[in-house]
Parts: sequence; C-alpha cells; structure tokens
Amino acid sequence: MHPLLFRIQHTFSVGVTSLSEWRGDVAVTVTRDKLREVAQFLRDDPGMDFDYIVHVSSVDWPDDEERFEVVWEFYSIRKRQRIRLKTRVPESDCMVDSLTDLWKGADFMEREVYDMMGIRFRNHPDLRRILMPDDYTEGYPLRKDFPLRGKGWRDTFEFLDEVQR
Amino acid sequence: MGLIQLGRHEKDGVPDVITGSLEKAINWARKGSLWPMTFGLACCAIEMMAAVSSRYDMDRFGAGVFRGSPRQSDLMIVAGTVCRRMAPVIRKIYDQMPEPKYVIAMGSCATSGNIYDSYPVVQGVDRFIPVDIYVPGCPPTPEALLDGILKLQERIMQKRVFVTQPDQVKANLKV
Repeated sequence: MHPLLFRIQHTFSVGVTSLSEWRGDVAVTVTRDKLREVAQFLRDDPGMDFDYIVHVSSVDWPDDEERFEVVWEFYSIRKRQRIRLKTRVPESDCMVDSLTDLWKGADFMEREVYDMMGIRFRNHPDLRRILMPDDYTEGYPLRKDFPLRGKGWRDTFEFLDEVQR
Repeated sequence: MGLIQLGRHEKDGVPDVITGSLEKAINWARKGSLWPMTFGLACCAIEMMAAVSSRYDMDRFGAGVFRGSPRQSDLMIVAGTVCRRMAPVIRKIYDQMPEPKYVIAMGSCATSGNIYDSYPVVQGVDRFIPVDIYVPGCPPTPEALLDGILKLQERIMQKRVFVTQPDQVKANLKV
C-alpha cells in the first residue's frame, strides 16, 4: 500500500470509503461530511503538505444512486507528491462543502463545477456562473441529460432587436 | 483593365487627362485599400497572421494593414469558432465599423460551426452579421485566405456606389 494511503487509512477510521492506487495515481474517496476534515489534514499535516490545488472537477454517473462525484486534485510542491480526493453527491441534495478557504485557488474551479454540473458549494465566497452568462437559464450543460445542442440558446440572438440602423 | 483610359499625351506642358467611370474609380480605390481588423477567435487566426507576414504578404493586395479598432477598419475577417457568448460582441464591433464594410468568414467554424455542433457554438457567423465571402478550410491555408481577399476585391468592383445596395436594404431591415 502507498504510504500516503496508509497514513490516511490509519488517521481516519470512518468516513473514508475507498482508497486506490493505480499506476502511481493515488485516490481517496470520502463521505461528504468528512470532506473538510480530510482536506484539512491533507493540507496541514507535515507528512502530507499538499499546498497546491491542481484541479477541481466533477463526474456525472446518471445510473448511480449518488449521481455526482466531485474530484479535487492536490499537489505538494515540497514533497513532490500528488493525491486525488473524491466525494459523492446525490442529486436530491446537490451541495458539498467548499474548500476555497483552505486553497484559494479552488475558487474559480468550484465555480466552473457549479456552472457546468450544478453542484453548489457551501460557504463559497462568490458562487456565480463563470463560463456561461449569468442569465443563462437552460440548466447545467455537462450533465448527461443535457442535450448536446442545447435548448435553443445558441440560435437566439436577442441583441439583433437592439440594433438600430 | 478597361478601368481608366489615358488621354492623349500633350507635350506642351498640359497635364494628362484621365477619363473613366467615377464608380469604377471609387471601387478600384476601395478594393486596393482594404483595412482588415485583427479579429482572431481561434486557430484560424494563426493562418491569418501567416497570410499577413512576409512569406505570403497580404499587403501585395492592399489588405495588409491590420487595425486594432473597428472604427479604422472596413474588413472584418472572422477567423475562428464563434461562441454564442461572443456573438453580441462581434455584432457590436461590426456595427462600429464605418461603411462600406465587408466580412469574410474564415474557416469552417465561422462558416457553419464545423464539427462543434454543441450548445455554446454558433452554427455560422452569418446568423447575426452579413457575410460577403466564405473561405473554406480547417484552418484555411494563407493561400486560401488570399483567394478570399481577391474574390472580395472582385465583388467590390461589382458594387454600385451611387445606388442603394441590395444588402444595404437587407441590413436596414430588422432581423
């Protein structure tokens, strides 16, 4: 077992649902309520020392009971190690804790996840859409049940009515 | 070219006389002095830059001075994928250009959306601005863009300056 996984397994007796290592990629899945605790440990523990947030993304598993999965990827610049932290979010309560106060860099990436997948982040300082316009009403484009061609927004040009020639 | 005819040369110091149609002269001046606007949206812009630089040298056709402002340009080369969120900006820039103005849709994306048949991509820039010339390719080679410029120049030569243009009538209509 990878030493990082070993430490995490022995630090958290409950809350960690799976540990995996595949070709050097280390991933930890935690329950939603333990997310902040594990994240704090990853950042502050001297053996972990994950001081850099690489990416926040999300996955839609439409057939699963807990439909969404949010994925954070961290890197330790000093220790040169990587880890992936995952948690599952059900569609009925589409909310997960924000990690923006631990890693400032999570801000825009969590906004992107909110914009594309509709997962809300609790205690996020500025949870607005980031890629789509603020007044976009068609939903969340990266969800699997969103039609690829959208719902007509790309073909409506309301600004043409304002053109005065 | 049949555009202008030199008058008989007088040796006693009287200047040469040039006769011809004023419309043709105006169109000739316009086609030889196209001022494109730098408007790269995606990878097509790289080929557009190559078309301007020394190897292809678009300046040979009088269209090499790219301007940063729409108010100083009369040719908009829409080079790249047009996202729906960019559309009002493109329309605003187009409206800021002084008449007469021309639009080249460069590449498959600006022409039809190309393979990007998805929710944010406008399926052709002609859905909200009038396009004069479509240049096919993904991306078009600089030669293809130069061909588009030459085709546009041919088109400009056919324009009627002193009568209302059909496309001006179209532009006056609310879409």
